[in-house]
Amino acid sequence: MYDALHRQKEVDVNEIKIAARGVQVHYGDNHAIKDVDVDIEDKTVTAFIGPSGCGKSTFLRCLNRMNDTIPICRVEGSILLDGEDIYDKRVDPVQLRAKVGMVFQKPNPFPKSIYDNIAYGPRIHGMARNKAELDEIVERALRRGAIWEEVKDRLNAPGTGLSGGQQQRLCIARAIATEPEVLLMDEPCSALDPIATAQVEELIDELRENYSVVIVTHSMQQAARVSQRTAFFHLGNLVEFGDTSTIFTNPEDPRTESYITGRIG
Amino acid sequence: MKQHIVSAFDRDLEGIQAQIMKMGGLVEAAIGDATRSLETRDTELAEVVRKGDAAIDALEESLNAEAARVIAIRAPTAIDLRVILSVMRMSNNLERIGDLSKNIAKRTGVLVQMQPIGGTAASLRRMARDVEGMLKDALDAYIQRDEALAMDVISRDTDVDQMYNTLFREFLTFMLEDPRNITACMHLHFIAKNIERMGDHVTSIAEQVVFLTSGHKPDENRVKADSTAMDAGPTIARGTDGV
Repeated sequence: MYDALHRQKEVDVNEIKIAARGVQVHYGDNHAIKDVDVDIEDKTVTAFIGPSGCGKSTFLRCLNRMNDTIPICRVEGSILLDGEDIYDKRVDPVQLRAKVGMVFQKPNPFPKSIYDNIAYGPRIHGMARNKAELDEIVERALRRGAIWEEVKDRLNAPGTGLSGGQQQRLCIARAIATEPEVLLMDEPCSALDPIATAQVEELIDELRENYSVVIVTHSMQQAARVSQRTAFFHLGNLVEFGDTSTIFTNPEDPRTESYITGRIG
Repeated sequence: MKQHIVSAFDRDLEGIQAQIMKMGGLVEAAIGDATRSLETRDTELAEVVRKGDAAIDALEESLNAEAARVIAIRAPTAIDLRVILSVMRMSNNLERIGDLSKNIAKRTGVLVQMQPIGGTAASLRRMARDVEGMLKDALDAYIQRDEALAMDVISRDTDVDQMYNTLFREFLTFMLEDPRNITACMHLHFIAKNIERMGDHVTSIAEQVVFLTSGHKPDENRVKADSTAMDAGPTIARGTDGV
């Protein structure tokens, strides 16, 4: 029994996709992230967990510079994507976000057809030379988003007419249509029912083959189910970061233990 | 340990731990009573032990059902998960010790009809008292979450193994001296082996305590002192009789 629990998961040593060092974030006077170092591995699902306001979403948003749009937000330290600083002056945030895609808590399809929802990104990034190529990109993204079979006969119907779970998978398909290398997901299942949640979790597991996925979730069980690495944030600090199996069976820090076992404090 | 936000979870865990302690108390008594009945040739007490095993078995079943319910409903993690896992294993160990005590009580029923074999019944009682003490300390270590005490219990199993080795040779000697001792000695040897096995189960319980407190299994290189598997017995061909 112990052996199953304590066998170190034989995770292949994956390359580091994102290396964050000494990251500090301030919103005005509020010190939201305090000196966080994290390595996000390639082809791995990394979960960020922690109570509300612990900084996990803030940190996630640093990874594709979503905080740039908030005037009072100040980010310090370095975040390297494949060794290159994403906060370098020469980096175009739009290009960065094509590489580091994002899926949000509430499905937010554009008020356009299913087809155009997916085609939007590839069009602005000039990924297709003609309609045939674009069709191909759309189909591939919808297939990877595990929603192709459900929508292939109504690609011109509005994306907003789909069910919640379908909309979220459409948004995931939209995020991967631009062939990102990293996919950030901010509570992607919190607005979904259990079946749609299971479908998205299955999808996340499949995406791991090609992408580095970082997911913020309030559901500890979801973090345990989908991730290989887990980071626990508390009051802006990264308290503990390790293999998911270790974090959920034998965490080192008492704060992690209290949080994952649902204790006061 | 801090309390859960969902207080019903605390009540579930407390209930399970109260049951394992109750089971431990019954099993401690069974070890003592079984060997006391042997030493004092008290068939009534032996009968109490035989009948009492049903309550121990019932507790094991109820504990396992309760543990399954908590796993299904609360999805325990970390220390909570280790509490559940350790309780499930401990209840299994305790149930086995209960069975071994019952077996000793059964053999007592047969042995009282035969001549006692030297002081072996008293030796068996001493050996059982050691195991009983180990079990008491292992259960205390569980409640106090005392890893050092659990490690101490694990180390004491060596003494029990050595007592078994000594008894094993004594029984061989008695049997060689007089073949009419063989039936009684066979029964007594099974009793000794039962007590030695109880020591192993108590050791396993102490290992659960280490697992519970530290999240790790104790080191594997514990000295195993039961050497009778290698014992060829006293030399039968004495060869000095001048025959």
